[in-house]
Amino acid sequence: MASVNLLSTKGLSRSFGGIRAVENVDFELPAGQIRALIGPNGAGKSTFVGLLCGRIAASSGSVRFMDRDISHLPAHQRIALGMAYTFQITSVFARLSLYENVALAARRRIGADRANVDREVASALERVGLTERTDQPAEDLSYGHQRLLEIAMGIAQHPKLLILDEPTQGLADSEIRQFNALVRELNAEATILLIEHNMDVVMEIADAITVLNFGEVLAEGQPEEIRQNKAVQAAYLGTG
Amino acid sequence: MRPDTKSLALHLGLLALLVIVQFVVSPFHHGNLSRIMVLAVFAMGYNVLFGYVGLLSLGHALFFSAGMYGMGLAMQHLGVSALAAIAVGILSALVLSAVVGAVALRTTGVAFMIVTLMLAQAGYLAILYFGTYTRGDEGFVIQPVFRTIAGLDLTDPTVRYFAAFLVLAVCLLLTLRLVHSSFGRVLVAIRENEERARMLGYDVFRHKLIAVIISGTLSGTAGAVYGLLFGYVGATFATVQYSILPLLWVLLGGAGTVIGPFIGTLFMFYLIDFSSGLTSAYMVVAGVVLVLLTLFAPQGLAGEVKRRLLPWLP
Repeated sequence: MASVNLLSTKGLSRSFGGIRAVENVDFELPAGQIRALIGPNGAGKSTFVGLLCGRIAASSGSVRFMDRDISHLPAHQRIALGMAYTFQITSVFARLSLYENVALAARRRIGADRANVDREVASALERVGLTERTDQPAEDLSYGHQRLLEIAMGIAQHPKLLILDEPTQGLADSEIRQFNALVRELNAEATILLIEHNMDVVMEIADAITVLNFGEVLAEGQPEEIRQNKAVQAAYLGTG
Repeated sequence: MRPDTKSLALHLGLLALLVIVQFVVSPFHHGNLSRIMVLAVFAMGYNVLFGYVGLLSLGHALFFSAGMYGMGLAMQHLGVSALAAIAVGILSALVLSAVVGAVALRTTGVAFMIVTLMLAQAGYLAILYFGTYTRGDEGFVIQPVFRTIAGLDLTDPTVRYFAAFLVLAVCLLLTLRLVHSSFGRVLVAIRENEERARMLGYDVFRHKLIAVIISGTLSGTAGAVYGLLFGYVGATFATVQYSILPLLWVLLGGAGTVIGPFIGTLFMFYLIDFSSGLTSAYMVVAGVVLVLLTLFAPQGLAGEVKRRLLPWLP
């Protein structure tokens, strides 16, 4: 039976030395959702998405993506299946132009055909509002704009699952509003998993929220339920 | 003109210049240029790995000498024709670079340098060990009568010049094609940010391995052609010195530019030639110039031109 989940994990764990960064996480992400992953610093959010896309090897547990066990696939093959990952700490190709940054993301999927690549790059850069900077090196961009470039690189891959690790960090308020609109737009084509500290963003755009604490799932549900959840308030929001 | 067109024009211009220049230079420089052109192919091979992928190998003498000995031993002991011997040389370097790549690429950074250095040293010692066939340190001369391809006498300076030119031209245009290809772009992406390239879905190991093979095969081609054109195969070419030289040529000329390795080889060749005319301690003079260049043009000669004047230079 085909499941409606795009991605799921069972008993996913990872420890570093004696520290259990992610502990026995069962997680299900239905196709088409915008899911926010929240939790205090050090809760294991980045490690968890690292396990999903294969940047970090799991100590135990399994990951399924599009009805396929991908637990043993290396990162690049998982990405090629239709995941895109944007880094928490901006990680663009600093000395290459914006065009080339996005083109590298596009070419892996659509090949070297110049006209096609040009079109993809133009469209991705337009969606994040960086069109007029196409030929500049990425290092000339402000930090916030580099975040947007990361997202453009994600868009150009046309992923089924877009993983955004703290995308609004360093964005101005006006840019955050644009970002929210952009994520909703992208959600028409992709399921989105978002690690986010900015609770306004989370409450506004997430369909559902998963709260991690000490590497374990503390709570999961609609934004309103999570807001009301006493355990979450105690652990995270600090208003308990 | 589009950048691609401009760069093609520039490189074809260099090749045209090399055709013309041989009619005007003295026999001494004529012979030098033949050597420089073949050694520049070695540097271009080195540059594929160092300049475009950012991997610093200290073992490229292994590939150069694999080409040279593959060619030389095939002629000496199997009696094959010069052209077939070149093919054997190139094939030897190709196979060897695939093996070395598969082993050495499990390491990065300093460990990669050490592993390639050690493997090349093992190659050098193997040449000495099998002295019965290789004639060890002494090496062997390829008799002039065998140095012909399609009736052309490769000991003739003009034929030799054009043979060297042909190899340079083919390798230069192939490298140019490579760096403009989407494969070449991924190599640059790996150099700039390996983890990012991986997380865009590129198989980084496979790309690096292919780059080692291309790099080693170009270096081996240079070795095979050098041995044939100049008629000597010797263990000196497998020493660590011949691993350092292409690094210097590429650094001087401009790592990560297609034209840089040729410029660096030319410059260094004449720098040593010039300084050895001044003093027997010529490496002191050469060394000072190298230090100055590193201080004031850290990206090499072509690299500086690219930075200041021609940002489209591939």
